[in-house]
Amino acid sequence: MDVELLEIQDFISQYAPFDELPEEALAEVVQSVEISYFRANTTIIDFKDEISELYMIRSGIVELFRRNGNLYNRLDQGQLFGQMGLLTNNKVRFPAKTTKDTLLYCIPAVVFYDLCERFESFADFVEAEDSTRLKQAVESNSDDANALTTSKVKKLITREPLIVPVDTSVQAVAQMMAEEYQSAALINDPSIDDSEGNNLVGLISEHDLCAKVIAAGLSIDSPVSEVMSTELISLDHNAYIFEAMLMMLRNNVHHLPILKNKKPIGLIEVSDIIRYESQNSLLFVSSIFQQQSPEDLALLSKQLKDCFVRMVNEDANSHMVGRAMSEIGRSFKQRLLELAEEQFGPAPIPYCFLALGSMARDEQLMVTDQDNAIILDNSYDAAVHGEYFEKLSHFVCDGLAACGYIYCTGDIMATNPEFRKTQTEWEECFASWIDNPNPKALLNCNIFFDLTGVYGRIKWAEHLNAFILRRAKKNNRFLACLARNALNRKPPLGFFKDFVMESDGRHNNSINLKRRGTAPLADLIRVHALAIGSQSQNSFDRLEDIIEAGILPKSKGADLQHAMELISLVRLRHQALDIESDIEPDNNIEPENMSDFERRNLKDAFLVLSNAQNFLKYRYSATL
Amino acid sequence: MYNFINKEVLNWSAFLKLKAQLSKDSRLKKFYDVGTYHDDTKLQDIEFVALDFETTGLDPKKNSIISIGLVPFNLKRIYCNQAKSWFINPKDKLQEDSIIIHGITHSDLKGAPDLRRILDQLLEQLAGKVVVVHYRNIERPFLDLHLRALFKEGIVFPVVDTMQIESNIQRKLAAGFFNRLRGKKPASIRLGQSRTRYNLPTYQPHDALTDAIATAELLQAQVGYHFSPDTPIKDLWL
Repeated sequence: MDVELLEIQDFISQYAPFDELPEEALAEVVQSVEISYFRANTTIIDFKDEISELYMIRSGIVELFRRNGNLYNRLDQGQLFGQMGLLTNNKVRFPAKTTKDTLLYCIPAVVFYDLCERFESFADFVEAEDSTRLKQAVESNSDDANALTTSKVKKLITREPLIVPVDTSVQAVAQMMAEEYQSAALINDPSIDDSEGNNLVGLISEHDLCAKVIAAGLSIDSPVSEVMSTELISLDHNAYIFEAMLMMLRNNVHHLPILKNKKPIGLIEVSDIIRYESQNSLLFVSSIFQQQSPEDLALLSKQLKDCFVRMVNEDANSHMVGRAMSEIGRSFKQRLLELAEEQFGPAPIPYCFLALGSMARDEQLMVTDQDNAIILDNSYDAAVHGEYFEKLSHFVCDGLAACGYIYCTGDIMATNPEFRKTQTEWEECFASWIDNPNPKALLNCNIFFDLTGVYGRIKWAEHLNAFILRRAKKNNRFLACLARNALNRKPPLGFFKDFVMESDGRHNNSINLKRRGTAPLADLIRVHALAIGSQSQNSFDRLEDIIEAGILPKSKGADLQHAMELISLVRLRHQALDIESDIEPDNNIEPENMSDFERRNLKDAFLVLSNAQNFLKYRYSATL
Repeated sequence: MYNFINKEVLNWSAFLKLKAQLSKDSRLKKFYDVGTYHDDTKLQDIEFVALDFETTGLDPKKNSIISIGLVPFNLKRIYCNQAKSWFINPKDKLQEDSIIIHGITHSDLKGAPDLRRILDQLLEQLAGKVVVVHYRNIERPFLDLHLRALFKEGIVFPVVDTMQIESNIQRKLAAGFFNRLRGKKPASIRLGQSRTRYNLPTYQPHDALTDAIATAELLQAQVGYHFSPDTPIKDLWL
């Protein structure tokens, strides 16, 4: 007799990982459930107890603790605990206590193991803890997002296809292709009636000309019909770009005619698809350089949001977006400097305009302030040149502010005379920071350790970077100071209901993902990068160098990469969502707006960050 | 007729032994033979079974049982894997207004067995365990009168009534001079409202098995709050 346990079934089926189980497997789980009630503040399981069940919270609140008594997690309705114990040595790993009256569904170990065995999604879910789940999240995400699934193939068409009649000679076709810079041409047969379709009969590519004409020694007067490919594979203009990609791969062709109402409107090739990803931002960059005044630039900058949203929607890789946004930011600076030089005349002495912080790291997103500085030639004389650079700096910084790059609250900008120094002064300045470090002084100067030249004598920025690296690499006291600063901003523990849960158990309504996530990550990566003398600026690139240098415990580098990617992804996705719903984007996220997926994985990412901070403390503090 | 249904038996264990000797029906004799716990048995050592009937009305003389749900449990666990439920073909007509309450329709009961056909299974589940109900004037009297009608012999067994427990607790809480002065009335002791006081989730009522599980959970919570695992069963059963 089958018993219908309606309430239990309804409940369990709502929550991961049970929501993905087929009905009959779910029914088996439901039939196996044992229910147990615990009053508030009672221990459910204790550390090292034998564990023989998976627990699911039906109602109430349960807290899990680390061995040292620190809170590890707080769980409520629908969440699971006990899986780690079941998967390792059948001993309780995290003791569990109720903080409110709690009703638990207990699922016997045999059922749990059976589900793990039979359903990959179930096993993945319960086995993945912390960094593993994070890795899965980042990877499965980029799979989805990278598929060019949201854009249509017609976007790739930039011009009309070259169409030649079937009796044209191969030489004539080659000449036309050369003139029009086309790597392929469509062949039609004008004698075919095209009122109900098209009269295309073939396609000829450079490769055909090479392989079938030149290599085969065919006369260049032969008609194109002798060498064209007649198996025409085409695609409607409304197909998605990924379909075009699939079709090319499946049929091993490099060109695809695109049809609209069965008439050819374009011919796309593999490189069009590859180029597509970067095209949006490239176009934007090129239009920056066409603007003739700061006002025009400010107008153009309003489109930046759209450009950003498009990138996020089409390609969720934060590395790409950060790079494109930084490139765009640098272009604004460069164009403003060009315009400034037009207005105030060429600079009296050589200089190099610097970008600092996230722009230098190629990690800029939507909401960002401007951090910049100037390196002046050593011949600088304040009395003679001071006014020029004062005007130039204000022109650029005001222009940037008008474009949405808000003034730096710490006043780290070229408009601040303190940050317009000669080459020698900068070297002395960095030398004193590094040789006589003091955590307080370094607090605001952290930002200077990510610098890149944007305009003028860009080489000077590289020289300065090389100088810093040489000086910093062996200086343990400096690294310890920097490490200590990198520990100032700690990630939260996770989320609980609609709150951000801090490690002391307190709640907050929202979290600044930059201040509490990507920034502390970038900070700690910078310390390692300086320690190994990495030349890279981008956090991902730095991590590659750090992993290669072998200073991190095994696999911790990869965990950091995934954590960085995930937090950045959530950050940029929420910014894009804000923009799309006409809200001013910021770095704050309210847990109520997060998906379960984001909550789970952010929590894991925070844990990776927190562990990495502990490691940093241990590695660089000994000498302080 | 001497009606012992509302009478509290002083020694259930001895009483059931006596019933076993007097019983003429073999099924009931077998049921009584299993016996029950000694009065001083601690709650933590007792196997309970939560029982709920959906009926065509509230009068056991006129109305019939249409579904039965039960689930065995103890203070630690409620065993859903041993839960049982049956639809029963009612003797009287299914009333439209009772359909509204429990949602069981004629088509649900089409082909449902007669109480006789599932009686063996039902008694086997109840035998030796302490039956737990919410409001004891349904399950025991309905079963008793149905059996009398079928075999000329009724049934009797101890029950723990979670509604009575809740009623005692609420009366105690509302008692006292100041509470009376403030006009404090005992809170509702219906199953759903009682559960809320222990922070138990809200269930869709009037499915026999769901109500049985809900009752089992309620008893676990009541013991957690107001009694102890060492409380003797004689304090609770009626």
